[in-house]
Amino acid sequence: MKPRVMILHASGINRDHEAAWAVELAGGEPEIVHINQLRGSSPSHRLADYQMLIVAGGFSYGDALGAGRRLALALSLDLSDDLAAFIEAGKPVLGICNGFQALLKAGLLTGDTPPSATLTRNAGGRFECRWVTLTPNPQSPCIFTRHLTEPVYCPVAHGEGRFVTANGFPDRLVALRYAAEDGSPANGQYPLNPNGSVGDIAGICSASGTVLGLMPHPEDHIVPWHHPRWTRGEQGRLGLPLFEAGIRYVR
Amino acid sequence: MNRYARIEVVPLAGQNAGPTDLRRAAHDLGLTGLQDLHHHRLYFLRGAELAGEHVETLCRRLLSDPVTETYRWQWVEPDTPLPTDETCIEVEFHPGVTDREAYEIKKAAQRLDLPLIQVATGHRYIVKGRLNEADLHRLARQVLCNEVVQRYRLGPITPAFIEEAAADDRIELFELAVLNDSQLLQLSQERRLALNLEEMSVLRRFCRNINRPLTDAELEMVAQTWSEHCFHKTFKARIAYREIDPHTQQPINEEFIDGLFKSYIRAATEACDRPWLVSTFVDNAGIVEFDEAHVLSFKVETHNHPSALEPFGGANTGVGGVIRDILGVSAKPIAVTDVLCFGPQDLPPEEVPEGTLHPRRIQAGVVAGVGDYGNKMGVPTVNGAVLYHPGYTANPLVFCGCVGLAPANSHPSRPQVGDRLIVLGGRTGRDGLRGATFSSLDLDSESSDTSFASTAVQIGDPIIEKDVTEVVLAARDAGLYHAITDCGAGGLSSAIGEMAQTLGAEVELNRVLLKYSGLRPWEIWLSEAQERMVLAVPPENIPRLAGLCRRFGVEWSDLGHLTGTGQMVVRYNNIPVVDLPVDLLFNGHPRLHLTAEWQAPAPPPGQVSLDEIDPQTALLALLGDPNVASKEAIIRTYDHEVQAGTVVKPLTGIHNHGPSDAAVLKPMGTRGPVGVAISNGINPAYGTLDPYAMAVSAVDEAVRNAVAVGGDPDRLSLLDNFCWGNPNLPDRLGGLVRAVKGCYDAARAFNAPFISGKDSLNNEYLDRSGQRTPIPGTVLISAMAIVPDISRAVTMDLKQAGNLVYIVGETRRELGGSLLAAHYSIPADTPPGLPPNALQTARALHKAIRRGLVRACHDLSEGGLAVAAAEMALAGGLGLSIDLDRIPTAGKVDHPLEILFSESNGRWLVEVAPDDAPAFENVMAGCAAVRCGQVQAGPVLKLGPVEAAVSTLEAVWRGWTKDEGRTMNDERRTTNDQCGVVIP
Repeated sequence: MKPRVMILHASGINRDHEAAWAVELAGGEPEIVHINQLRGSSPSHRLADYQMLIVAGGFSYGDALGAGRRLALALSLDLSDDLAAFIEAGKPVLGICNGFQALLKAGLLTGDTPPSATLTRNAGGRFECRWVTLTPNPQSPCIFTRHLTEPVYCPVAHGEGRFVTANGFPDRLVALRYAAEDGSPANGQYPLNPNGSVGDIAGICSASGTVLGLMPHPEDHIVPWHHPRWTRGEQGRLGLPLFEAGIRYVR
Repeated sequence: MNRYARIEVVPLAGQNAGPTDLRRAAHDLGLTGLQDLHHHRLYFLRGAELAGEHVETLCRRLLSDPVTETYRWQWVEPDTPLPTDETCIEVEFHPGVTDREAYEIKKAAQRLDLPLIQVATGHRYIVKGRLNEADLHRLARQVLCNEVVQRYRLGPITPAFIEEAAADDRIELFELAVLNDSQLLQLSQERRLALNLEEMSVLRRFCRNINRPLTDAELEMVAQTWSEHCFHKTFKARIAYREIDPHTQQPINEEFIDGLFKSYIRAATEACDRPWLVSTFVDNAGIVEFDEAHVLSFKVETHNHPSALEPFGGANTGVGGVIRDILGVSAKPIAVTDVLCFGPQDLPPEEVPEGTLHPRRIQAGVVAGVGDYGNKMGVPTVNGAVLYHPGYTANPLVFCGCVGLAPANSHPSRPQVGDRLIVLGGRTGRDGLRGATFSSLDLDSESSDTSFASTAVQIGDPIIEKDVTEVVLAARDAGLYHAITDCGAGGLSSAIGEMAQTLGAEVELNRVLLKYSGLRPWEIWLSEAQERMVLAVPPENIPRLAGLCRRFGVEWSDLGHLTGTGQMVVRYNNIPVVDLPVDLLFNGHPRLHLTAEWQAPAPPPGQVSLDEIDPQTALLALLGDPNVASKEAIIRTYDHEVQAGTVVKPLTGIHNHGPSDAAVLKPMGTRGPVGVAISNGINPAYGTLDPYAMAVSAVDEAVRNAVAVGGDPDRLSLLDNFCWGNPNLPDRLGGLVRAVKGCYDAARAFNAPFISGKDSLNNEYLDRSGQRTPIPGTVLISAMAIVPDISRAVTMDLKQAGNLVYIVGETRRELGGSLLAAHYSIPADTPPGLPPNALQTARALHKAIRRGLVRACHDLSEGGLAVAAAEMALAGGLGLSIDLDRIPTAGKVDHPLEILFSESNGRWLVEVAPDDAPAFENVMAGCAAVRCGQVQAGPVLKLGPVEAAVSTLEAVWRGWTKDEGRTMNDERRTTNDQCGVVIP
């Protein structure tokens, strides 16, 4: 049986459908579930019935008050116990872009409150959509990235993706870094590192390795013609292996 | 109760470099004394039970981020405002303007059980440097604050909370029956109805017949329904048209046109008779077949007047509005397009016309507004253009398009008697009143007067529209409604009016959900508050629709029902405020009779001969021209990847930076190899010589862009958008007639139907002295073509050294209105015309593309062969040599500059692998397709007398900087300085 994957939907989430497509291609059974279907006295859906959770990208609640902050509040008010149990059970959680922002600000990645790291306005001060190269950190326990055999090439599309920490960040919890196309470090250089994140950090994982948050969109490079230079014969470095790794992990 | 908490959120040291864009904008204004600008966010909270601990909770959990920010707050008594402690400017929205942040704070406070009643937000700018008080006011008015939607204070601002007002059910009555002609006109003017005497007279007659006065709601409803914006009366008018010989001043052609729309636009569509058309002109958008299971819809709108006054909000709601048009045909929005026309970005501040904003500020706001809506809705912005011309300084043009996808036969459009009228989405406020009539008036030096403009201009809320989209698509799939339409210009009066235009309806206005109390009945009925859709729903389906609304958090209200009486009856607390026959609204308009006259302008006198121009210098100048130079800095602020369907992206090539001819989409969820190409064509410079040439060129450009990426010319549909001056002036209308004729002829030449269109007239600026300045009449043609197999899609970047390069199409001496003529005062009077065998050539090229014989293809447009060749080379990072002697010409072409820079239509440059050359030549037999060059490994462009390093061309085109984070404007100015470009 295919693993059931919940794609969390909320007001303003807009990359839910391509996340579902990626899950399908990776061999999972996606279902887009609105947060309103999970809360209230008799919710129609239960997080516990799924084996994996994806918090998809978008502009939840318009990103008023800072990207992901309102969704983070909703997660901690409505789903806090369910999420804790889900993560405690070792079920993987993937937060992409706005999902990363929400997971981080809800304290689900760093495990501290208030979180000692945040995602804030890009160094360039504006929303940007461009393709970036991501290299996995071999030291990371992240179940989504630890078996990656090549960098991932996929777009970013955000205005608040600059990863900032109060007092540094443990290297082993860095899952993905912005890099040059040859895989060498971006060293903070724009546009390889598109937003000025410290340490070129594009994605981080929880200490357990089962929760991953990343700003770029691996779900937007899952077929060869997504590649911006496919007409030049270039291919590979898909984002799909991240989803496949998640599905493999729960299978 | 009156005290409020004032919270200031301050970035921690090192976290915020300050708003550099704003600082730069201030320097551009000459406020060079400004050394630094620090930005703090402000929140004002009020509530009878609100205590300090509550404020602390909100600050910690919601309003500040401890990693990057700190906060301070205090209680303030409104009667004792805070002293000014440092030089600062504080800005906040006028009450009632969309403020998502305030809304979310309220919602969050509810979730946290905090007794918060009222919220306002604002900005504090701390000014460092030497600025006197007058400078500070300039900085505030021209950079930090737009008084159309905001207000400011030098020092701490006192927030304006929305106060609860008593319901206001007053109805004003107008005894039209007793008014004489001049009183009628005076009334039209006073209420800004934009109705002429004949139209007012029809209403007077109607009043005499029914023997009662009209209510304010009735008068306003008629004005909106009959407005140019909603009714397109110019395109329906009877027109006496004549052309004058410029030399003899004698008429050379006189004719009577029985409606421009009917005689040319719809006539072209009917003559094309394409079997794949599903719906043209009748719905909110044109609809065509996509594959066996789906249909595509496409609509392009303008939002010019609002964007002139409040660029962000104007463009923002422009995109929101056209997306709702797509929802209005029950389709999922899958792509947004934007074509923007601005004044010169380097206009000296003192030359900005009174009452208007600097073109640079307009561009910044419009671009941000477009991006904000599309990005937040999750609809990719995939195609567009940005043009600059002095004629757009006071009247910028903002064309917003949207493409939709829907299952075939899924769009219900048969409202039935007994259907409930359901409005869902945003709440109704006093915003957007009289938008339709507003856009039918000239902009003048007082248009930005806030009493009128701030209600006509709004800011959108894309998140509400996203939620509405979810409900509409789910309701469509469940078959819950009989008809749907969007609330656009004219608000509920227009949406419900149209839905009820054969049946009639009864509506109870106090069921409308309001943003705040105190609206009069006519304001509720006419408000153009954004993000609302109206559905005709059979009563038995209401519970299921309510369930969907609950799931997606969308508010809805049942306003009444369709009656079948043919009467539009609207009540407020059971008191009738409108009682009009729908026949008066939709069939009672007196048809206009207009006069149009066209006389070709005298050709510009040439002061420079072609021999005096150095081709290489000219090429560099043209590549650096703002109209040609890279738009990457703008394009990257739009999400063009969301929905994972962008096969050919707006930027392409070896460094993802070359300018694509068109976008190709493979809509998510569709099967098989079929995709769709989206393109546009526009060139106002030709129109200043001859609007006919402009129109045929726009059609040709849109078609050749779509064909270049793999679109099938036999599956291509067109959209027409006309932006023009005042049609009541015969010379303006004469040009418009020429343009419409050009559209017809070009559409027939390509056998390509128009499926939808729109006109925006009265784009004129009236200064205090009474001098009128119209925009250059502008035609935008948008095209949508089926791509039969996306795996054959082609991009414009050169692919491989050794490949052959062909030119398709003949070059003529057509430098009139060309980019070369804009830079050099050359004798150039002939703009490009319609090439012979246009469709046959496009078909042959498409066949070659489908067979996989084409490695790269780029159309020749502004700057002609030279610019196109340079763009292909720089996008591919390869060299290119072209032998000018081999370029096929027609007519008298005897100068290399004519070959290099002429902008003749119907031409492409095509890269073909040597092995495929025989097959390519075979397919192209009978068309002017000539092998003229070769791709070179050495990155040098050789074009007859031109020999330039591709890196040099690229640097000029990109603006001499590798820092893509800098603004387009900076890049452009540098470029112009370097090249000594003269912009006329």
